[in-house]
Amino acid sequence: MSKILIIAEHLNGQLNQSTAKCVSCASKIAGASIDIVVLAADPAPIAAQAAAIAGVSRVRTIANAANANAIAAIYAPQVVAIASDYTHVFGASTTVGKDLMPRIAALLGVSQLSDIMAADDAHTFKRPIYAGNAIVTVKAPAGQIVVATVRAASFAAAGGGGNATIEAAAVAVALPTHTRYVNLQQGGGDRPDLQTARIVVSGGRALGSADAFKLIYDFADKLKAGVGASRAAVDSGYAPNDMQVGQTGKIIAPELYVAVGISGAIQHLTGIKDAGTIVAINKDAEAPIFEVADIGLVADLFKAVPEIMAAL
Amino acid sequence: MKILVGLKRVVDYTVRVQVKPDGSGVAIDGVKMSINPFDEIALEEALRLREAGKATEVIVVSIGQQTSMQQIDTGLAMGANRGILVKTDKPIQPLTAARVLAKLVEKEQPGLVILGKQAIDDDNSQTAQMLAALIDRPQATFASKVEVDGNVARVTREVDVGLETLEVDLPAVISVDLRLNTPRFIKLPDIMKAKAKPRETLELASLGVESGDHLAATHYAPPAKRQKGVVVKDVPELIGALKAKGLL
Ligand SMILES: Cc1cc2nc3c(=O)[nH]c(=O)nc-3n(C[C@H](O)[C@H](O)[C@H](O)COP(=O)(O)OP(=O)(O)OC[C@H]3O[C@@H](n4cnc5c(N)ncnc54)[C@H](O)[C@@H]3O)c2cc1C
Ligand SMILES: Cc1cc2nc3c(=O)[nH]c(=O)nc-3n(C[C@H](O)[C@H](O)[C@H](O)COP(=O)(O)OP(=O)(O)OC[C@H]3O[C@@H](n4cnc5c(N)ncnc54)[C@H](O)[C@@H]3O)c2cc1C
Repeated sequence: MSKILIIAEHLNGQLNQSTAKCVSCASKIAGASIDIVVLAADPAPIAAQAAAIAGVSRVRTIANAANANAIAAIYAPQVVAIASDYTHVFGASTTVGKDLMPRIAALLGVSQLSDIMAADDAHTFKRPIYAGNAIVTVKAPAGQIVVATVRAASFAAAGGGGNATIEAAAVAVALPTHTRYVNLQQGGGDRPDLQTARIVVSGGRALGSADAFKLIYDFADKLKAGVGASRAAVDSGYAPNDMQVGQTGKIIAPELYVAVGISGAIQHLTGIKDAGTIVAINKDAEAPIFEVADIGLVADLFKAVPEIMAAL
Repeated sequence: MKILVGLKRVVDYTVRVQVKPDGSGVAIDGVKMSINPFDEIALEEALRLREAGKATEVIVVSIGQQTSMQQIDTGLAMGANRGILVKTDKPIQPLTAARVLAKLVEKEQPGLVILGKQAIDDDNSQTAQMLAALIDRPQATFASKVEVDGNVARVTREVDVGLETLEVDLPAVISVDLRLNTPRFIKLPDIMKAKAKPRETLELASLGVESGDHLAATHYAPPAKRQKGVVVKDVPELIGALKAKGLL
């Protein structure tokens, strides 16, 4: 039987939704029992949120002042200390998970699977490669612990109403001091989080300046949407890095994605493959974004967007 | 201080890779190959650190077939001091790559190892983190700014919620994101000058590295295709279509 450990992701006392998506992925493995581990300075409020996720049997906490920030070199040995109780260790394919999980795998002497989008059985998984141009089925050896990151956009969050037991895990390992947290400059603000928003409006190079990009924020606010950007828009300084959508940015799956002045390069499209409905507004009828858009409008964005906003 | 930089040979990012009809792999015979774009950025950063007097030598490493010597040639033309090709005819997985790099770290004792945050073929994003674990040193992944001051590096990382800054003691492993720098262009005289630079070839089999190739790819498939949609003629029609889908 599979015993799966999921590493909780959290910030400022709030559990990240990607953790419930990992639970949903784990529950695809028949007969699996699912535990969540919370590493934090003060795990209690986060553990309570984790215990409420349906399908979780037990939440284990590792409290330590050194766990205040998710530093891979500090978290990894603590996870390894309890890993022998499990057949699988999962983390989300977020920047926290991508940073941490390979370090855990290497300490355990095993390979790591990145971005799993489907679990066919306990040791067979699907994942995208070449910017999503191909999907490969990968088999992990049966006799080894499976360490993987879960592509959050491929799974709906597991529901609430759970009532898992919460207990402290006794972990006594020496933690390194060679890596020190300095600070975090958070972008975002009050808008819905890009990775969980129901609607996302993204702007591309066509906006032409940070000032003009405000049109995208206004449009998004009108739709109560999160805001994304193409890499060209981020590189040009129109939008902050945490808004980049795509192969090297965020992979998202909103119900509605509105691409404004974005050409639709493969590296961008790989980030929105799982969106429910894609709307494209682009003045070039030949732009590749129209090959994937459910609804396309060939128009100058500076005319079309204000017109849409006025009509809403 | 020495800096070790990894240069992976990958299918050029402009190539639209196709899955073979029998599902046995992706068709990459004869397509354009390049240095992984992230690795060019890694090398550029190493060269800038050397030019700023923070490092003395930049060594580029590629693990792959003899053809990967082309990427080492490019790295030397960009300005690296010397190159090491670790030869193997079999594609290797990140754990093996990390173990090979760990061997080279043991031999060369670099103060920094700079790698790409992900290779654009397999998109794994693992090697730097695994290497750091194996040599029990700090990792600073997804770097968009690197400042070296004596035995400490201050690294700004592009994370989901914004920009995080870490301070790490050297030796350390850094993986770079796209906005760290813009790699320099190679000029013809650089290519000529690079011809005389030292290139070493090591057989992977001779390094005594235990294989970490535990995963088996059993099938390749093209991604699910999205249905081609409709093009609406104006804004009212767009709003109508969104309302019809219950999205507005
Ligand atoms: C290794 C690598 C990784 C990458 N990762 C990512 C990634 O994660 N995410 C990402 O987005 N990109 C990524 N890229 C970059 C990607 O290849 C494209 O360069 C980028 O997505 C282009 O952004 P864009 O569509 O905004 O700009 P462009 O390609 O320049 O497109 C602008 C579009 O706006 C349209 N337009 C112009 N003016 C108007 C107007 N007034 N009204 C309406 N439309 C207008 C144009 O017709 C054009 O189609 C990556 C590239 C590499 C090499
Ligand atoms: C290896 C490589 C890495 C790249 N990395 C980035 C990046 O980090 N950020 C980004 O915005 N765009 C990058 N690009 C270019 C980018 O993906 C598109 O080319 C760009 O969005 C617009 O294309 P262009 O042809 O109009 O650009 P132009 O700048 O006009 O480029 C013309 C040509 O110069 C070459 N070139 C451009 N940039 C580079 C480079 N950094 N190294 C070597 N050759 C180059 C390419 O052959 C390109 O087709 C890269 C291109 C290459 C070949």
